Amino acid sequence: MTKRSYDPAWLLGLYRRMVLLRQFEERVKLLFLEGTMPGTIHQYQGQEACGVGVCSALQSGDIITSTHRPHGHALARGLTADEVMAELFGKVTGCCKGKGGSMHMGDLAKGMVPAIAIVGGGLPIAAGMALAFKMNAEKRIAVAFMGDGATNEGIFHEALNMAAIWDLPVLYVIENNLYAASTSVAMTVKVPHLADRAAAYGMPGLTIDGNDVLAVYEATVEAAEDARQGKGPILLELMTYRITGHSRRDPALYQPEEERKKAIANEPIGRFGKWLLAEHHCRQADLDSIHESVKTEVQTALDRALAAPEPRPEDALEDMFV
Amino acid sequence: MSTKRMGIAEALREGIAEEMRRDPRVFCIGEDIGIPGGWGGAFTVTYGLEKEFASRMINTPIAEAGLMGVALGAAPMGMRPIADVQYGDFLFCAMDQVGNQVAKMRYMSGGKLTVPMVMRAPVGVTGRGAQHAQMMEPFFLPLPGIKLLVPATAYDAKGLLKAAVRDGNPVLIFEHKLLYGSKGPRSESGTIDASSDIPDGDYTVPIGRGIIRREGTDVTIVATLLMMHRAMEAAVRLEQDGISAEVIDPRSLVPFDWELVKGSVAKTGRCVIVEESPKRGGLGAEIGATLAEEMLDFLVAPVKRVSAPNTPAPFSPPMEKFYVPDAKRIAREVRELMEIS
Repeated sequence: MTKRSYDPAWLLGLYRRMVLLRQFEERVKLLFLEGTMPGTIHQYQGQEACGVGVCSALQSGDIITSTHRPHGHALARGLTADEVMAELFGKVTGCCKGKGGSMHMGDLAKGMVPAIAIVGGGLPIAAGMALAFKMNAEKRIAVAFMGDGATNEGIFHEALNMAAIWDLPVLYVIENNLYAASTSVAMTVKVPHLADRAAAYGMPGLTIDGNDVLAVYEATVEAAEDARQGKGPILLELMTYRITGHSRRDPALYQPEEERKKAIANEPIGRFGKWLLAEHHCRQADLDSIHESVKTEVQTALDRALAAPEPRPEDALEDMFV
Repeated sequence: MSTKRMGIAEALREGIAEEMRRDPRVFCIGEDIGIPGGWGGAFTVTYGLEKEFASRMINTPIAEAGLMGVALGAAPMGMRPIADVQYGDFLFCAMDQVGNQVAKMRYMSGGKLTVPMVMRAPVGVTGRGAQHAQMMEPFFLPLPGIKLLVPATAYDAKGLLKAAVRDGNPVLIFEHKLLYGSKGPRSESGTIDASSDIPDGDYTVPIGRGIIRREGTDVTIVATLLMMHRAMEAAVRLEQDGISAEVIDPRSLVPFDWELVKGSVAKTGRCVIVEESPKRGGLGAEIGATLAEEMLDFLVAPVKRVSAPNTPAPFSPPMEKFYVPDAKRIAREVRELMEIS
């Protein structure tokens, strides 16, 4: 973990945000499995340090694009548990009024376009947002989250190349959880690190411990600063692990047991908590009270989502054109 | 008011330049644009605009999906991109961005963001075989979320382009290669004159409004782009046979001016749709089905489609001539329809 010093209250804020992502997803998983929640889900358990580390380094005008696995990104970017939970239930109080659902949640006003569930689909869009910032001489940046699988899409090449030749203020962030759905990254990629692919575009690429929230935060702060100063894009590869299935009821039997055990021992929240205690930034009671308060927040979000009104069926006809 | 005669390429160029002068958020993005000594896109539409708007002519690598995605990203950030592909056929390369992202982003957001974005795509079966010469409109007709325009004259091209830039929604303009009137090394053989007297000063053509190109009482012919010009030629031939054909140019496919077409069919009782694209699943199918649903009592004859066959576009000139409906064939098929009703 880091050598820099931070305000303990801020560190606990990071911890709380990660716990929110985890507890939210665990609750959603139960709701889905018991059949209460409609649709499908792709969950974020184990990858919390990526979303929270990156988004904690952003400023209010910055915009992220997300993927088919966006719940964590939404909560990390500052959407409330209330509006995210309501969106999952397709309620009018959801962040997209129920038109987006699990895979398209977002809110531009809070710095997140509707999540883009086509693998790699957000990569040129983030470049386009960054092009607008550059043309308007705004000091804003765009951040495109993607999984390891997205680096094998053709659009990855088109988007990163354009971002590089125009020195656009955009961060390309790979959350390498080692699996594209059930397929191991080792079966689909020949280079040792996905960040190596950055060299093909003449942009820097870094591989970082994506389960170390402060390492992610610090790398993002530096990359964001460079991007704001016109030094162009970067490819950040965050090494992490999904400690749940790819989607729905997937038991993830393709993850070898030893690998999974190790990953669980290395999961980012427990790790950060131990570090906070070891460095005397807080006491166990502080962490416990965070878990309790998050539990209440998630329960409240769920109660409100369930109580919220359904959209009128004919609302389906609205919101296509201005 | 004084006017100037110009073709579609020149009229579009003037329209784009005027919009860029009017609104600093408007920019062009595409392949082979903004290059001094270059072409101004494949058909000269943006020729020379870099002299006035150097920083707003974004020339891209050969990356159609990428450039459409970049334009899409810029739009909700306050910009007004005009993105073009060299040939409409290349829209297939960009189909995830256009079909999944551009068309759906506003809807998915619950109407919280807007995508003010223009796309331009040259179409037309024009001596290039199967991959640089197909009509793309039928692929987009069933795709909700994008407005579709088909200007057949220079006046409409400029007016619709300007309306599209100001519309605030994704708008895709199909332009016909034989109607551009492009000059110089990028000129096209077999060009049809689609020039107009373009008035000085600002004007727009309303999106979603068709126009009656020629009034008639016996049969309604609906045709767009090059087929509109061929239908007009056919109407002259039919007149010599005593058949009065009304020719409608819809100008917009989405939204579609149903009122105009239905009003005309209510008068004539007959409808013929002329298409440069394969018969299966095209504009003719849509119009035919709608008339069957809503206008059956007015029809005195079956709805007729004069279309290309259900094959790719061939290269060899005799085969291409067979493939694309011409005035003679349109007139013959209309005459046959008149004989049975």
